[in-house]
Amino acid sequence: MKSKRPVPEHQVLLQGFLEGSVLGLARAISVVENERDGFQDLLHTVMTSGPQTKRVGFTGPPGAGKSSIVAAVATAYRGLEEHLGIVAVDPTSPYSGGALLGDRIRMNDIATDPGIFIRSMATRGSLGGLATSTKEVVDLMDSFGFDRVLVETVGVGQTELEVTAAADTVVVVLVPESGDAIQAMKAGLMEVADIFVVNKADRPGAPRLVKELRQALHLRAGRELRDIPAHHGVDLGKAMKRERMSDASEQEVEGWAVPVLTTNALTGEGVDKLLETIEAHRRWLVESGELGELRRARSGIRIRDVVDREMRRIAWNSERVNGLLTQGVEEISSGRGTPYSAADNILRALLQDRA
Amino acid sequence: MGDERKIRILVAKPGLDGHDRGAKVIASAFRDAGFEVVYTGLHQTPEMIVSAAIQEDVDVVAMSVLSGAHMTLFPRVKALLDELGADHILLTGGGIIPEDDVAELELEGIGRLFGPGTSTSDAIAYVKEWFSTTDEA
Repeated sequence: MKSKRPVPEHQVLLQGFLEGSVLGLARAISVVENERDGFQDLLHTVMTSGPQTKRVGFTGPPGAGKSSIVAAVATAYRGLEEHLGIVAVDPTSPYSGGALLGDRIRMNDIATDPGIFIRSMATRGSLGGLATSTKEVVDLMDSFGFDRVLVETVGVGQTELEVTAAADTVVVVLVPESGDAIQAMKAGLMEVADIFVVNKADRPGAPRLVKELRQALHLRAGRELRDIPAHHGVDLGKAMKRERMSDASEQEVEGWAVPVLTTNALTGEGVDKLLETIEAHRRWLVESGELGELRRARSGIRIRDVVDREMRRIAWNSERVNGLLTQGVEEISSGRGTPYSAADNILRALLQDRA
Repeated sequence: MGDERKIRILVAKPGLDGHDRGAKVIASAFRDAGFEVVYTGLHQTPEMIVSAAIQEDVDVVAMSVLSGAHMTLFPRVKALLDELGADHILLTGGGIIPEDDVAELELEGIGRLFGPGTSTSDAIAYVKEWFSTTDEA
């Protein structure tokens, strides 16, 4: 980081940011989101104190009520005097590159609360359910000093599970219309959920979904077999338990049993219980040492992300590399090379430059 | 550095006015033009609009006013933006606004205001043109 000086305009911005100006934070986010020159230095400067804030992610299929839940939860946290940052992600159109960011519509009641900062982000081609720079924006909000940051993903289908890399606690929001628990299992939501919420719980099908989810979660945890009596002389419960204990860590604290809650975001029903459960998960994270592990894993991912991006930038901004690329194309079309020989030339050139 | 920066625009529907068809039409037109459009829904107060504009760091606020309250709403939003250090944001909009009022509002620093029958492409061209002359961060 020593090679680059912060861009002068960023100094002003940084000043505002450090003084706690909302405008400063808003503009800092844009600098990061747009990867303007010097954005790495900006992040480096503000991130030195490490993660402090509590990060809660909300994910689930489109229309499940994620924004409404986030708004309800945010209102409740404001009642506890917490300062909140909210990042809400909506999809970018792959055709026009534009995006309609509508999550604020559900958050109107908290729109002018000075203790809440809401930022909408477009995915800009990122496929993990977050925008490319959402994790960095959460880091910025963390450094800005919010007590808690809520991250809302795009409506997820079956593969967008990046939220785990941005949040300490992941709340998966489903509705009776989301389909049965098999859908949630297929989508990998079982693996990322720390807490399940069945929203719009007044609708038909809600109790059935809750029951199915609980069953599926027990299967995953291997608990289903615990209470089954010995069968054919083999105590499956014991056998499973032993197996599970052998790969468990030395921690004494029990694992986290994923709860299934019901809410009605519009009436606020079940929101208190959700808050309590988020707190319980937090306590578990801290007591089990899982939070440290989580943060370490996240740091690893962040370092890789930064290196990946810098490598791409260095490679494709280099005239020499672009020359070699053109040369490679010629070689392939004249039958003297393959993409692999061309790539090999480029990688050699890059490594030489950097040596 | 890579792609051109996206234009971020807040489409806002202030006041006691439930006619959001125009706002929705223009919001989707902006989206199709490649803008990132923040839409906040109906019944926004000037305070809500300005707070959203600042937090979202938009380049442009486009208000749809069909209620006849344009002479109050546009100046109020403009004043709040200026007051909070966001005078770099373009305030523009549309609705049923008499020509004399348009002229007066322009004198007060409001951007172009579009009347009924405007083609969405005119509004898009105006925003793009404005953006190309002011882009900084």
